[in-house]
Amino acid sequence: MKQNDQTLPVLEVKGLTMDFGGLRAVDHVDMEIQNGEIVALIGPNGAGKTTFFNCITGIYTPTSGDIIVHTKFGEKRINGKKPNQVTELGLARTFQNIRLFPNMTVLENVMIGRHCRTKAKVIGALLRDPGTRKEEKDAAAVSYGILEKIGLTHLANEMASNLPYGAQRKLEIARALATEPVLLLLDEPAAGMNPQETEELTGLIREIRDQDKIAILLIEHDMKLVMNLSDRIYVMDHGQRIAAGTPMEIKNNPEVIKAYLGEEADA
Amino acid sequence: MLNELKKSLITAVWFMFLTFPIMVIKVNTVYNTIVWRWHNLIYIGVGAFFGSMIWRWLHYKKTHISERNIRERLKNGLQNAIVDNKKVLYTLIAVAVAFTFAFPHMSNAYQINIMTTALMYVVLGLGLNIVVGLAGLLDLGYVAFYAVGAYSYALLNHHFGLGFWAVLPIGGALAMMFGIILGFPVLRLRGDYLAIVTLGFGEIIRLVLENWNAFSFGPSGISGIDRPSFFGLTLNLSQSMTALYYLVLGFAVITIFCVNRLQNSRIGRAWLALREDEIACQAMGIDKTKTKLTAFALGATWAGFMGVVFAAKTTFVNPASFTFLESAIILAIVVLGGMGSILGVILAALILILLPEYLRAFSELRMLIFGGSMVLMMVFRPQGLISNVRRKYLFDKMNFGGEKTNEAK
Ligand SMILES: Nc1ncnc2c1ncn2[C@@H]1O[C@H](COP(=O)(O)OP(=O)(O)O)[C@@H](O)[C@H]1O
Ligand SMILES: [Mg+2]
Repeated sequence: MKQNDQTLPVLEVKGLTMDFGGLRAVDHVDMEIQNGEIVALIGPNGAGKTTFFNCITGIYTPTSGDIIVHTKFGEKRINGKKPNQVTELGLARTFQNIRLFPNMTVLENVMIGRHCRTKAKVIGALLRDPGTRKEEKDAAAVSYGILEKIGLTHLANEMASNLPYGAQRKLEIARALATEPVLLLLDEPAAGMNPQETEELTGLIREIRDQDKIAILLIEHDMKLVMNLSDRIYVMDHGQRIAAGTPMEIKNNPEVIKAYLGEEADA
Repeated sequence: MLNELKKSLITAVWFMFLTFPIMVIKVNTVYNTIVWRWHNLIYIGVGAFFGSMIWRWLHYKKTHISERNIRERLKNGLQNAIVDNKKVLYTLIAVAVAFTFAFPHMSNAYQINIMTTALMYVVLGLGLNIVVGLAGLLDLGYVAFYAVGAYSYALLNHHFGLGFWAVLPIGGALAMMFGIILGFPVLRLRGDYLAIVTLGFGEIIRLVLENWNAFSFGPSGISGIDRPSFFGLTLNLSQSMTALYYLVLGFAVITIFCVNRLQNSRIGRAWLALREDEIACQAMGIDKTKTKLTAFALGATWAGFMGVVFAAKTTFVNPASFTFLESAIILAIVVLGGMGSILGVILAALILILLPEYLRAFSELRMLIFGGSMVLMMVFRPQGLISNVRRKYLFDKMNFGGEKTNEAK
């Protein structure tokens, strides 16, 4: 089902621009992500990284530019599509400020991710015909399987709001995985995690790429994680893409160093 | 301890002060004199003092418990013990069912009438629970759909002589249609804005009914509506009341069944997700528009059914039965019961409808008790009488199946 050919792109972004009134939060950004790649998007706070995510995932409609997703159905331009349509096409995301469903159980949170891959309607819910029952059972089983992978099964029936912080971040990833994405977008997944949790997360992200063949685009400030994981890195500052390349190239890029040092000098 | 006493004392004084105008001063309009009922002040003071002591004690206990391990609390909580323990739960249900079925044989027409009304509010509460409790859409105009159902039966019966059973599905369908009609324009609205628009919608429906004389016979309403027929039997008034009681009881049971199934389904989870976080819900692939419309439409359908029943029960409808107060009471049932909790809604409906009836002796204090208990609820138990317990799944390590241990009520 998923394309295993490493050279095929999953996502192509061309000249993406997003204005908020007079503020240009994203300024003609290009990006291309290949199948099975782990790509990092870094940059100082306020650079426009989250806004870039929001444009791609349909939460904002970009001012201009093209966003093209390559699915098994062919190329799809997704500008202006609703978030749920984008998710259906195979992009799933997590949020920088955790956005779980606090008064639902952990398992139910993941099962929500199955929504767009299942079909039961009101009539099915009321009659609980064999088809619906099977679908429900499968949804629960698949979700449980994802929790097993993430290591949260012991909390499956706990309310999401009762989870410790690190587990909440993980649950966001689990929920996104349940939508069967081809590209997973992670917005600062390690934020607030301790070094050990970050280590675990690094392993998990790599596992998702290697085993599930899902491409990953992540925003992250933890440079150790970024350098460890990424195949390629994009750097944004003031809405613009200021650099792109392998971790080695980025480390030694004078523009990048300036952007980060400049930020520190400002602070 | 002294500090606690002081706090209770202050509360008592506050209550005495606040209730002074209503409880103490009474204007005798005949003789134009003022009656000072000082004894009431003492009752209020003493009542508020002890009331506040008890509340604080309960509150202390609650916070004390919440410091304990969460899972331990889950195990210990009475409510969870009931819901988790199938034996206890089924016994309780059996007792409740036996009681409700036997009820008409143990009581008089007046009691049956009150109970029928209470059960109707159970159904209305559960219907609104879909919209407000599950999907989190604050709807202050729910009574509009109730009116649609009631007037469908009243008008179709008046003009075309259609019977109850024929109109029941029509009333439900019309209300559903109105639910969708209201749903479309408010899709983009949330929270307060949604509340205001739905409130307006409810008022518009009532005003139309009040003023469009040619259509709805205005404020004087429509009378002489047929009672429901049951298998062609001829029933006298009291028999027909009993039959209606069983009809509404049946409705309540079906509604409980439906809502319970809905809330643990794909659609039900989508409603909850929408309530919990709209953006995350969409980002997880849920179509917000469809989900909201289904909630509105389904909630309205139940109100439509009950509207038809209401018209058949009272044999008379006029716009005065469909004021905002009615919406407010139904909403209070949902909020008091605990958003999304079926058991809570049932309890709250029974309490809010039955208590005022049986407290007629204290009719002066009725609204005060009503309002006061709502405020206290909001302060001490904002999650409602019974918080919504979600379904738990049990997984067999070896056999990967979606077995459930219990279903949340
Ligand atoms: N909804 C919005 N309305 C107006 N300005 C916004 C909005 N979202 C983000 N911005 C602005 O866009 C810029 C980029 O923000 P953001 O994308 O969150 O940065 P990052 O994620 O890189 O830290 C900031 O200056 C922010 O204030
Ligand atoms: Mg950000």
